[in-house]
Amino acid sequence: MLEALDLQFTILLLSNGVMIGLMYSLIALGFVLVYKATDAVNFAQGEFVMIAGFVAVGALTVAGIPLWLSILAALVAMVGFGFALERVMLRKLIGRPIIAVVMATIGLAAILRGLGPFGIFQGTRPLPLPLRDEPFILGPLFIPPIQLLGGIVSLVFLAGFGYFFLKSRKGVAMRAVADNQQVAMAMGIDVERYFGLAWAMTGVVSALGGVLWGNMLGVDVNLALVGFKVFPVVILGGLDSIPGAIIGGLIVGLVENLAAGYIDPYVGGGTKDFAPYVLMILALMIRPYGIFGKRIIERV
Amino acid sequence: MLTLNNVEVIYDGVILVLKGVSIVCPEGKITTLLGANGAGKTTTLKAISGLLRSERGDITKGSVELAGTRIDHMRPHQIVQRGVVQVFEGRRVFEHLTAEENLIAGAHTVPDRKRITERMERVYQYFPRLKERRYQQSGYLSGGEQQMLVIGRALMSEPRVILLDEPSLGLAPMLVEEIFQIVQRLNREQKLTVLLVEQNAALALTIADHGYVMENGRIVLEGAASALRENADIKEFYLGLTEVGARKSYRDVKHYKRRKRWLN
Repeated sequence: MLEALDLQFTILLLSNGVMIGLMYSLIALGFVLVYKATDAVNFAQGEFVMIAGFVAVGALTVAGIPLWLSILAALVAMVGFGFALERVMLRKLIGRPIIAVVMATIGLAAILRGLGPFGIFQGTRPLPLPLRDEPFILGPLFIPPIQLLGGIVSLVFLAGFGYFFLKSRKGVAMRAVADNQQVAMAMGIDVERYFGLAWAMTGVVSALGGVLWGNMLGVDVNLALVGFKVFPVVILGGLDSIPGAIIGGLIVGLVENLAAGYIDPYVGGGTKDFAPYVLMILALMIRPYGIFGKRIIERV
Repeated sequence: MLTLNNVEVIYDGVILVLKGVSIVCPEGKITTLLGANGAGKTTTLKAISGLLRSERGDITKGSVELAGTRIDHMRPHQIVQRGVVQVFEGRRVFEHLTAEENLIAGAHTVPDRKRITERMERVYQYFPRLKERRYQQSGYLSGGEQQMLVIGRALMSEPRVILLDEPSLGLAPMLVEEIFQIVQRLNREQKLTVLLVEQNAALALTIADHGYVMENGRIVLEGAASALRENADIKEFYLGLTEVGARKSYRDVKHYKRRKRWLN
């Protein structure tokens, strides 16, 4: 009897881990898209998600716009934000050392956290989606509807962007830009346009992440903390790999849940928040370019 | 026809690199630009292809014209659209893309899918080895294959003028010869105009129609390739031959050093 309960508990942790993991993958995808195309490390990824959450909640509750329009508004706002950011801030940094871009995104993150609530949001706002509360029960699995939706949306977009990079001409061009900007320019590729496109794509992913995570956690400044989970995900999977983002997300989701389920009772909780980072540091020591990351090719 | 009129290039606002360079590349001919390291050959090519600005360089005087239209101050992708493409020295393939993806990226300015496949077939005709390697990651191709790939990739944009920067660099003599033969065939069969930058003067002057010699950002000598091959200074300083035509002996070097005079 006890054993059966144990198994049930493990399965619950695993399924929860998979679903949450996929939702991490979605946000990590935003990070990967920018890194893949522009070589920039975006430390403001979590803040992107937070801003999207604020826009959606603001449209829904403050402006009173229907839900689907609010989500659309978040999408449009984030795409515009991505393009504008590239145009105004990052274009000036092309050709500068990568640390300049990194510092710029860290600064941007602080500004967004400070200005994000726009002075109208106090406390945590709920972002209700028309989903039922009772979980779906599939045999031994209990899956909350929001997690199921999150998992599916994540998979669809991960697959979609993966296909885009692998097969479409624009995707090939974007990878060419990431590989060598100057040569890409010499081949007639408008590098700046692709930078803008990459940031806009990140905007799309962040908007979806903002709505999904905003529904689960509620929308406030702390929503940006989801962004920190991006780092173990992309370090594990490889900074520039879409399949890597999926695998990394799953690993982080599973590790988090298993740690919460099995270690927390003995140490009094909190392992969930740092277990992925332990794994990240181990990964860095063993495979610095991640599981699927591109290796620097050195021919001798 | 591609013309440079008295082009001056300054890097970073202060460093004068090209001091009034004038070059004419006639339609369908191979023109070669010779010179030692740091003479300004690569800068000349970048001035044409519009890539100076990504390196904080600028054309401050003079003009670059393609068939009568000025192309200086155009953006690089506009210049590629007009049919001028540069092949960098040092075989700069997109390492993480396959050979075929490199070609697809090269055809970025061509809107029509069907034309891209046709074009790709033509590139494979000239470089059959690329077809065998089409699905391999290009970072792992051999040096010769990479050089073929970067030339093939440039051809994908349907250029009228190709700017080749030291295709012989670091390649075995047999491969160099093979690649030069292909360039010659492209010029003859596709009526491709070529501006060839080379350190290997002997080889460059055998396939070129016309040549320029550059030193310290200036053109110091120009002429028909056949005439340059016979020029005493070229022989001495670029071909390593003495005036008599015999191979130079290092025993004599100290004894008498010829001064460059650059007389036609």
